[in-house]
Amino acid sequence: MRKLAGLAALLAAFAVGAADAQTPRRGGTIRMTAPYGASMGSLDPHVTPRAQDDILGKALHRTLFNWDSANKKLVLELATSVTASADGLVHTFKLRDDAYFHNGRKMTADDIIFSYTRIMDGSKGYPAARYIRVIKGAVDVEKNQAKEISGLRKIDDTTLEITITDRVDPAYYFFAGSTAILPREEVEKGNFAANPVGLGPFRFKEHIPGSRVVATRWDKFYKPGKPYADTFVLQIMAEAAARDLAFRSKEIDTSILGPAQYVAYRADPELSKGVMEVAEMFTRAMVLNPSFKPFSDKRVRQAINHAIDTDLIIKRLVKDKAYRATSWLPLSSPAYDKALKPYAFDPDKAKKLLAEAGYPDGFEFELTTSQNESWGLPIVEAMIPYLARVGIKVKPKLVEVTVLTEIAMKGEHQAYIGSNLTGPDSLATLRCFYSKTPRTACNYSSFNNPAFDKLLDEAAQSGDMAKRNDLLRQANLLVQDEAPVWFFNYNKAVMAYQPWIHGLQANPTEITHQYVEDIWIDERSPAK
Amino acid sequence: MLAVLVRRLLNVVPTIAAVVALVFLLFSVLPGSFISGMNEDGRTTIDPAVMERMRKEMGLDDPLAERFVKYLGRTAIGDLGTSFRTREPVTKLIADRLWPSLKLTFAAMLFAIAIGVPLGFVAALKQGSVLDTASMVGAISGLSLPKFWLGLMLMYLFALQLKWLPSFGYGDGGLRHLTLPAIALGVSPMALLARTTRAAVLDVLNADFVRTARSKGMGESRVVTWHVMRNALVLVVTTIGLQFGSLMGQAVVVEKLFSWPGVGSLLVDSVFQRDIPAVQGCILLIVFFFLAINTLIDLAYVLIDPRIRYG
Repeated sequence: MRKLAGLAALLAAFAVGAADAQTPRRGGTIRMTAPYGASMGSLDPHVTPRAQDDILGKALHRTLFNWDSANKKLVLELATSVTASADGLVHTFKLRDDAYFHNGRKMTADDIIFSYTRIMDGSKGYPAARYIRVIKGAVDVEKNQAKEISGLRKIDDTTLEITITDRVDPAYYFFAGSTAILPREEVEKGNFAANPVGLGPFRFKEHIPGSRVVATRWDKFYKPGKPYADTFVLQIMAEAAARDLAFRSKEIDTSILGPAQYVAYRADPELSKGVMEVAEMFTRAMVLNPSFKPFSDKRVRQAINHAIDTDLIIKRLVKDKAYRATSWLPLSSPAYDKALKPYAFDPDKAKKLLAEAGYPDGFEFELTTSQNESWGLPIVEAMIPYLARVGIKVKPKLVEVTVLTEIAMKGEHQAYIGSNLTGPDSLATLRCFYSKTPRTACNYSSFNNPAFDKLLDEAAQSGDMAKRNDLLRQANLLVQDEAPVWFFNYNKAVMAYQPWIHGLQANPTEITHQYVEDIWIDERSPAK
Repeated sequence: MLAVLVRRLLNVVPTIAAVVALVFLLFSVLPGSFISGMNEDGRTTIDPAVMERMRKEMGLDDPLAERFVKYLGRTAIGDLGTSFRTREPVTKLIADRLWPSLKLTFAAMLFAIAIGVPLGFVAALKQGSVLDTASMVGAISGLSLPKFWLGLMLMYLFALQLKWLPSFGYGDGGLRHLTLPAIALGVSPMALLARTTRAAVLDVLNADFVRTARSKGMGESRVVTWHVMRNALVLVVTTIGLQFGSLMGQAVVVEKLFSWPGVGSLLVDSVFQRDIPAVQGCILLIVFFFLAINTLIDLAYVLIDPRIRYG
């Protein structure tokens, strides 16, 4: 009996302890890192589309929609509800009436209209124009043929009607950080980047360019009780080795890991307890240009996919910090086909396909590549012997990563290897293979397949999401069969985190993009 | 002295003009542009229509000659243009970074002089001793250590193992955060200074006038302070000047590694993102700093050794 009572007491104590461990603590400092460069681009979110800048953007600013990592979908953020017209073109948003800018003023529909109109200022070339252009009349403002976007109509302070030109899900267009809602009066003061004012859970305090940005809790943030932490510090740390040391010496709470560190952290009994892995929406591939004669033949493209032992390259070179790509849409896409098998490593089949295509002795091609460790020269060097085995000789051409996009856009490559953003909008992602999409937009393989176009047209017209995803799944299957690229991998983003940080989100759109109001720090953190 | 200063400044002008032209032309012929750099290793997709507008806004489609003339005109009046990346004036970007850069450069040089010069002196005076051998082995090692590696080792030892100092960052700009990057940056000039000082002192120690002074019965300490030190100083000061002048440029790696908010880390990021106005501004500043320090050193020669005259 005494034993039972003791056990019950122990269980009760454990239950309390467990409950305490899950109760968010108020206070403390969140210390995250910005790893994609030695400085921030701009603190004005409309000016920059960079992932690096949006890490801070998630703390300072807010957009109409947010990515909900737990449910893997986009959700309303600055609105409480939305209704769509029968034709799917007119969307009426009921906006929050409890969202306050950091200057204390309440957000209204006018702020959304101002922000979207500013983005369409054609003389500025704001990057988010690509998203806002979906609103009726936005292009007229961009071309300076109108002062106002006709598709934006304020019904009252908290009701906004947005008319779009295509039957698309507006969530995909109004969630990017570069579409953040800003207060007109603060923007018009000038020098907004030095004094950003937003709707986010933290308000700007200081920016030491090239070193850190500090923000403090915004007490009028619209989610009750949030944010938990008092302070948010973003340390700008471009060097992976320095980040690793800072993480191990407990000076930062999170760190992005590269392949080499991933292996070391997984092998360490302590560090391995704090590693978060996410299948990010990036597809790494070698894009084959059909204007180079051998690549105009589907059998040659398929042969390349069969000739390379992709699994082994991912295991040995990328250190398993990637998922094998089966086709173009990534693992985290709702239209991803889990049953789809990748091209099998089969050199004999590759040789056979090459012979059928009229290349029994193979051929030689130039492969443009960057130095990137996960999808650049080291990968190309690993591919060379595999392709040589089936008679294909590769001449690598090394360029700086900033040049790759230009080469792809101009079509100056026979083949190039790169990383491509492939989400979260599966329809927009697959549009890169639509015949009417120009090369400059993203159809780098000049893909042209009427059956594919038909599937995409039907998907675009469908208001039923399940049906749309099914059509996109079929289109993705067709892309696999056509093999316009060598399907390499989907990025596995890895974030190391300290034991005292809680509430991190496995965000597949970009792992560093954390909605910091959900993050809390327990008392073990050395940062006060 | 004033004539020397004017003559030196007149020499600076063509050097700066040549650098301005070279940097502009070099970055104009390099492949890739700021807009393609926004792709961020495939993390972002830029809409072609937006790209076109940005190219137009930034004047990237204008003929090279036209851009060059505009650039020269602006630079001549101290306007370094607008950063493609932040859309802020480059002068502001540089001004934000200048003080941390100067702080790091001065601290590193102070470290180099404080350790390197006495070490070289003592090594020369105790030539062939264990101290001489040890200090010269240390100096050669210091010269050959890559700054990146040395920086990591310092972080490992002082931050991770001993927990004495923070491994990175600017903090409040104080000594705690400055120490490690300053040592990482200062070890190489310290080693060079130690070697140069030793060679200069040995050279003077073997000179006829030192032998004469000793034969006249002058005490060793007076020989060293009165004759050796002063005569060796010209070469030492030259080395200090050259090292000091180039230190801001050398700081690129250290600043990036330690997240130190200086001009070096701005330069490296701007190069990778093809933010040409920012690159041009940073290089111009680094060159200007080099020339300014060396002009000051030239003036210092006159004070140290009155025999030196500029014809």
